Amino acid sequence: MSDSNNQKRVTINQSRYMKLSGLEPLILNENSNFINVGERTNVAGSRKFLRLIKEEKFDEALDIARHQVDGGAQIVDINMDDGLLDGKESMVRFLNLIAAEPDICRVPMMIDSSKWEIIEAGLQVVQGKCVVNSISLKEGEEKFIWEAKQIKKYGAAVIVMAFDEVGQADNYERRIEIAQRSYDVLVNKVGFPSEDIIFDLNIFPVATGMDEHKRNAIDFIEATKWVRENLENVSVSGGVSNVSFSFRGNNTVREAMHSVFLYYAIQNGMNMGIVNPAMLEVYDDIPKDLLEHVEDVILDRRDDATERLLDFAETVKGSKKEKTADLSWRENPLQDRITHALVKGLDAFIIEDIEEARLAANKPIEVIEGNLMTGMNVVGDLFGAGKMFLPQVVKSARVMKKAVGYLNPFIEAEKSDKSEPVGKILMATVKGDVHDIGKNIVSVVLACNNYEIVDLGVMVPPEKIIETAIAERVDAIGLSGLITPSLDEMVYLAKEMQNKNFEVPLLIGGATTSKAHTAVKIDTQYTNAVVHVNDASRAVTVVGDLLNKKTSNEYVAKLKADYDEFRTKFLKRGKEKSYISIEEARKRKYKIDWETSEIFKPKELGVQILKQLSLKELLPFIDWSPFFRSWDLHGKYPDILTDNVVGEQATQLFEDAQEMVQQIISKQSLKPKAVFGLFEANSINEDDISVQKKGEEIAVFRTLRQQLKKREGIPNHALADFVAPKESGKTDYMGAFCVAIFGAQELADSYKAKDDDYNAIMAQAIADRFAEAFAEYLHKQIRTKHWGYAANEDLTNQDLIKESYKGIRPAPGYPACPDHLEKEMIWELLGVEKLIGVTLTESLAMWPAAAVSGYYFGNPESKYFGLGKITDDQLTDYATRKGIDKSKARKWLHPTLAE
Amino acid sequence: MSSIQQALKERILVLDGAMGTMLQAYKFTEEDFRAERFKDYPTPLQGNNDLLSITQPEAIKTIHGKYFEVGADIVETNTFSGTTIAMADYQMENLVYELNYESAKIAKEVADEFTAKEPHKPRFVAGSIGPTNRTASMSPDVNDPGYRAVTFDELRIAYKQQVEALVDGGVDLLLVETVFDTLNAKAALFAIEQVKEERNIDMPIMLSGTITDASGRTLSGQTAEAFLISVSHIPLLSVGFNCALGANLLQPHLEAIANKTDFAISAHPNAGLPNAFGEYDETPEEMGEQIEEYLKKNLINIIGGCCGTSPDHIRVIADIASKYKPREVVTLSAVEES
Repeated sequence: MSDSNNQKRVTINQSRYMKLSGLEPLILNENSNFINVGERTNVAGSRKFLRLIKEEKFDEALDIARHQVDGGAQIVDINMDDGLLDGKESMVRFLNLIAAEPDICRVPMMIDSSKWEIIEAGLQVVQGKCVVNSISLKEGEEKFIWEAKQIKKYGAAVIVMAFDEVGQADNYERRIEIAQRSYDVLVNKVGFPSEDIIFDLNIFPVATGMDEHKRNAIDFIEATKWVRENLENVSVSGGVSNVSFSFRGNNTVREAMHSVFLYYAIQNGMNMGIVNPAMLEVYDDIPKDLLEHVEDVILDRRDDATERLLDFAETVKGSKKEKTADLSWRENPLQDRITHALVKGLDAFIIEDIEEARLAANKPIEVIEGNLMTGMNVVGDLFGAGKMFLPQVVKSARVMKKAVGYLNPFIEAEKSDKSEPVGKILMATVKGDVHDIGKNIVSVVLACNNYEIVDLGVMVPPEKIIETAIAERVDAIGLSGLITPSLDEMVYLAKEMQNKNFEVPLLIGGATTSKAHTAVKIDTQYTNAVVHVNDASRAVTVVGDLLNKKTSNEYVAKLKADYDEFRTKFLKRGKEKSYISIEEARKRKYKIDWETSEIFKPKELGVQILKQLSLKELLPFIDWSPFFRSWDLHGKYPDILTDNVVGEQATQLFEDAQEMVQQIISKQSLKPKAVFGLFEANSINEDDISVQKKGEEIAVFRTLRQQLKKREGIPNHALADFVAPKESGKTDYMGAFCVAIFGAQELADSYKAKDDDYNAIMAQAIADRFAEAFAEYLHKQIRTKHWGYAANEDLTNQDLIKESYKGIRPAPGYPACPDHLEKEMIWELLGVEKLIGVTLTESLAMWPAAAVSGYYFGNPESKYFGLGKITDDQLTDYATRKGIDKSKARKWLHPTLAE
Repeated sequence: MSSIQQALKERILVLDGAMGTMLQAYKFTEEDFRAERFKDYPTPLQGNNDLLSITQPEAIKTIHGKYFEVGADIVETNTFSGTTIAMADYQMENLVYELNYESAKIAKEVADEFTAKEPHKPRFVAGSIGPTNRTASMSPDVNDPGYRAVTFDELRIAYKQQVEALVDGGVDLLLVETVFDTLNAKAALFAIEQVKEERNIDMPIMLSGTITDASGRTLSGQTAEAFLISVSHIPLLSVGFNCALGANLLQPHLEAIANKTDFAISAHPNAGLPNAFGEYDETPEEMGEQIEEYLKKNLINIIGGCCGTSPDHIRVIADIASKYKPREVVTLSAVEES
């Protein structure tokens, strides 16, 4: 509908504008086009909608609302007035469901009922500013005023029907009489904001054959003009399809009538209404002869207008067009349609479109790389810009999945002809690091997308990566790592790639990696593409873009620019933080009052081992949420199992995991082993902890202290603060431990040998969970038994996950003590390698990988904290205390240094 | 015109900073929260900061006093969770009236002391009305998006009780804050209008929403402007945003509403974003610099601090605010009075 080029034939009296809101604002000012109200969610007007509500098929009912909004409705009218429905309950239920659908509730709601209790119930469940449809003087002024006052309190706009005690206004005079009176009451007696008043001036059918109906359209149009000129700030609305009621069955004529009616009504000030966009012809496209006949009727230009149109109508009957407004996107070029379907999450036509794309493409995989990726990139951009919500993105993914599912058989068929992978990717966990779950998932996902994967496994030295990359002529290199020293390994490899004049892209992933580190430390070493990819789903898009010959240059240039900008911003941000000297930080240490703080002597001092534990004992201690996270399924266990979006996948995964857990337990294919010790201890020289046996020092732990400048009264923590200082004269205690799960690698390898990557990854993920559960289990044993300071504690697994216990078990390499070097001291103190066989790699990662080591602190005031960054003075001091070269200290503390 | 409306015309008013952050420094134990009166109360009470107005009133008074001392014009009562809905966590629904009444009373006592000392700078008490811990337009159950843990009427009744107690305790105005679900706020506003009507009183209302993240929307999904439109039916003293974001990230959202309303504009941002450990570490100077940007752009009538801010922050903010003129409230049009 093109009303913008319409000449207004009315001088609108307006100083304030109606403003409505859903999740987004809707403002009706002189620049806004005609506001279209969607009305298919009306049980009185749509039999289908009524049936869906009666049968409680709310999903389909929501689809109707969504189609309205997709089709251009700027307000959605909802009506549940039906004798067989509990109107109030249905209204509340449906509006609540709409509130959970951002693509619907972004527009304002119109709450439509003849019963006040339904209207009020509706107003109580919608956060935005609604429209009430409707009130009138039909039952007198008192009720009208009362309802208007309530509506004002709820903050809604209102439609006022041209109806009074006498009846419905059916001519020009009655329309303006009732409008004027209603306006006066609302503005003067209720104080209703005049811009929130909308008049529905009753659109009645024309061409009914009855003389008194001849002026129905023109009276409405003229009354509209009067209202907009005389009643300041109000709007005028109406249900347009009524006007053509007598031509039911002849859509060509009806569509023309609607267009003509709107053309004149809008010119005269009608600014909103209920129009079915599917039942509307473009005014300029109406054939001249039809136009003339219709205009004669609408504008009541001839006495015989009705007869003439009826005769003419016979000649155009049946030339009905197949057109619905919300499907206009179907006429766009193929790529636009695919993008539209992905962005809107519409899967109705995707197979059809994908088939078309497939036929046009050389190879089916090109449809994924080209058409679908183009669409998904738009989704990604919109999401990144906050213009799409997660649920919408999930729907996009569903469409994507459906499309890929359709293409897969074609891709497979192609493969058997001539297996030509789209690219070869080298994947490796860097030297010194043993963690590879994330790397394996990315490998599997890429392999699924027809990439050939060269997986070098874990602890891969840089020389081997370089050699293999050259020998295998790979198209990209993916590096993974979980522990902090791996970050430096990645930097080193980037340098080597530069030295060797590599050109292939470098992908960085793994738990400790970040875009910041990649941009600042790695990207600067290598002139070609470096991308931080932290989840498997993104890996496919990124690799696709990088290896697509047509677009890769542009993509890489963008990438470089993006990282450059990110780096500049990040470095600037870093400078704004201020740090205090280590001396100053020590003065601001966390002070426990050692005079009153109760020190509990452990019941069992010394080192002990634990090898005969059944995995069954550990089951209750497993926190499953990280397990799902390792598979890129985000959510808390157990809620994740019933999650709307990932629930199904999560449940399937969980069932598979349970099955494997049972097998592992019955076959004893994984073995838990632990060593731990409790010792006398005192903090010395502020930040060190001296560990003693019968008063004799047997080890010293060096702890690091926070140096970030904090507000007065907020301490700068170090773990040493939680142990009584030597000078207090009190003997305090601490502990250390290492737990590990043996056998995971062998188990995973046995699956890999059978080409079962899924279960190989599963085995590792389960072993990791057992290791964490073991650490939790042992900590509990320590608290309640071996140390015994919390002998009576009674915590559920949930409490444990929330860390509601007393005392802490921080692990070297994690936020409170990021220094991996201290692991060596733990190994020495407990004899870890000798007693249970857990070894440390050159990067100080533990082997087997499913292992946890750390300290125990029992003071009730001890708590987890993050060290943050430290400055050079502490580094120097630390190196001196530890008796190592500053360069060695720098190497290990590198990631925590403020620079 | 109430004296706060008069003051608003003359200068930028300064709101206080965080209460919770200040209370943390006291390290109150379970026993301190209980005091003698609740020593045998059946539920754990540590963490129920609102209760401290009864069990540790001197601490609350001291904190109010510190904020007034550094230049705050308005302090908020210690009643962020003072509804039967939020107090259900501690089984203290029956104490709601007393909590609000006492909190208002002690804040007002401190305000009056300062006003007596400096009559040229009257001090005000805003009754703090938090969002409760439930949302009226979102389901807590992912499997049943149509479910609601609280209804409009339940909220309205709970808020009404809180408002009555705050008014009885002597607050000068009400502050509906940290609005993450506009429907909760609409219920609070509905309740306030009811109390005003029943008692035939005028009571200025400040309303402050919360934009939760980079999407620029409230938790319940509304844009800043949609939020403004949804609450503009009430004659508010001010509208604005608090919490969730630091001063710099809040600015675009203030700009989004500042020229679209004739209400005064307020902001009380956090001291930056929490770091990885949930602590706020923006210094007073850093925060002050960013707030000065607001003032240069003529965006603000009322300014203060939320999570992580201290009297040091408010001192800096008050100093800066004193150098600028308040945003001129563009009269878009006369608001009709009922």
